[in-house]
Amino acid sequence: MAILDVKDIRKSFGQTEVLKGIGFSLERGQVLSLIGSSGSGKTTLLRCLNFLETPDTGSIAVNGEILFDAADPAALKEAEIRRRRLHFGLVFQSFNLFPQYTALENVTLAGKLLAKQQPGFAARKKEILDRIDGEARSLLDRMGLADRAGSYPHQLSGGQQQRVAIARALALRPDILCFDEPTSALDPELTQEVLRVIRTLAEERVTMIIVTHEMAFARDVSSRVLFMDGGLVVEDGPPERVFGAPTQERTRRFLDSYTGRP
Amino acid sequence: MKLMLQQFPVVFQALNVGFLQTLKLFLITGLGAIPLGLVIAFGSMSRFKPLSALTRLVIWVVRGTPLMIQLLIIYYFPGIVLHNNWWGGGESGRFLASAIAFIFNYACYFSEIYRGGIQSIPKGQQEAGLVLGMTRGQIFYKVTLLQVVKRIVPPMSNEIITLVKDTALARIIALQEIIWAGQSFMKGSHGIAGAIWPLFFTAVYYLLFNGVVTVALGRLEKRLDYFR
Ligand SMILES: Nc1ncnc2c1ncn2[C@@H]1O[C@H](COP(=O)(O)OP(=O)(O)OP(=O)(O)O)[C@@H](O)[C@H]1O
Ligand SMILES: [Mg+2]
Repeated sequence: MAILDVKDIRKSFGQTEVLKGIGFSLERGQVLSLIGSSGSGKTTLLRCLNFLETPDTGSIAVNGEILFDAADPAALKEAEIRRRRLHFGLVFQSFNLFPQYTALENVTLAGKLLAKQQPGFAARKKEILDRIDGEARSLLDRMGLADRAGSYPHQLSGGQQQRVAIARALALRPDILCFDEPTSALDPELTQEVLRVIRTLAEERVTMIIVTHEMAFARDVSSRVLFMDGGLVVEDGPPERVFGAPTQERTRRFLDSYTGRP
Repeated sequence: MKLMLQQFPVVFQALNVGFLQTLKLFLITGLGAIPLGLVIAFGSMSRFKPLSALTRLVIWVVRGTPLMIQLLIIYYFPGIVLHNNWWGGGESGRFLASAIAFIFNYACYFSEIYRGGIQSIPKGQQEAGLVLGMTRGQIFYKVTLLQVVKRIVPPMSNEIITLVKDTALARIIALQEIIWAGQSFMKGSHGIAGAIWPLFFTAVYYLLFNGVVTVALGRLEKRLDYFR
């Protein structure tokens, strides 16, 4: 069974229809790269998956559980939306770390707040909080940031901040981790350290959806590539095919615009 | 000069009593206006249009008219127009009316500072909290609030220093604060008449008190320096 099943997502802002019926599914452990020119709706799609936007039509299911269905008008309680959105994690282009917390605290904050709402928290408080701290430290360690756990975001480079943000998203064990141009705000050197981390996650079979303009990376790391244009999926296939032998003229033109780039 | 030295103990005593009233008005305005300002700020940012429009209208009126007029209206309106002076007579009535005028006036100024502070926090902070499954309340208290506090401390400091001096306006409804106390020695009080230096001397109180306030707020600003 597919881990993610997205059907016929449409989304308009006022008069402009940004997503015009997006559908795709994803297998566990797959890495999906989402490419497409500026304004094609990639960010909007990720935001719909993370419940930051509400699609006008369509449905989203994870592991067979329907998380969102525009045809089902029952308004969800906020608590239920919160539970459902935890199936997804999102790493932002601009990191969005919380500046007043250390790297470690950024990673643990949400998990601790969630734990406090569980029944029986008071009785095992110390044990639970220690476990969350321990897991966060090992996540930071995996990100190569073991020695920066106590640093505040402004004391970290952009690449380090983005790796903290990745650890923060992983801490809640999402089924699917989404990235929206995770390296666009970084210079080339820092880009590489972040891409290295994402590559490691791919090798560990973390299911990911990555919006990126790093074509070489997308080709290399993805198990699947989706090319979006004008709010539609134009091309969907393994990277060798999408990059090597695109079937659509629009895909070819888009990829040509990248050749000759550094 | 010799006369001044003779008068000093009596004047000092009377000015201290007046300053106590000034201090009380300052503290109660701070305690009332700082939280009320937050309520008004939320009102002015409400997505319910009639509420935000009404709140902004009130803020515009309060900020657009002199506090002195507001004091006069709040104090005299019930007695003269409604023929029911619900403030009661005497100093306690004048204090209550002053406190309400000051709290409301300053809450409106504070609310605009809060609103600016809240709106200056990048939307990404809230979205990061949301995708991590945090509630809106948790995001406000655990993520946004401290960042807002950090940003509003400098403009709030300006307002608070202005408030120290603005308390003198309560003189207009004869609240017996320090200016009133200093002035009383011109007409005659405690056996001293025709002395203007006590009125001038009140400035020393304001200066010293503002010095203390400035240092305290400076410390707060420093304590929030650990993040950006
Ligand atoms: N909240 C919004 N209100 C109005 N229009 C929006 C909003 N969000 C996005 N859009 C519009 O939707 C279109 C698609 O935006 P989106 O950010 O999804 O594109 P994208 O593929 O991520 O582009 P980029 O590569 O530049 O990040 C754009 O034309 C954008 O102006
Ligand atoms: Mg985008």
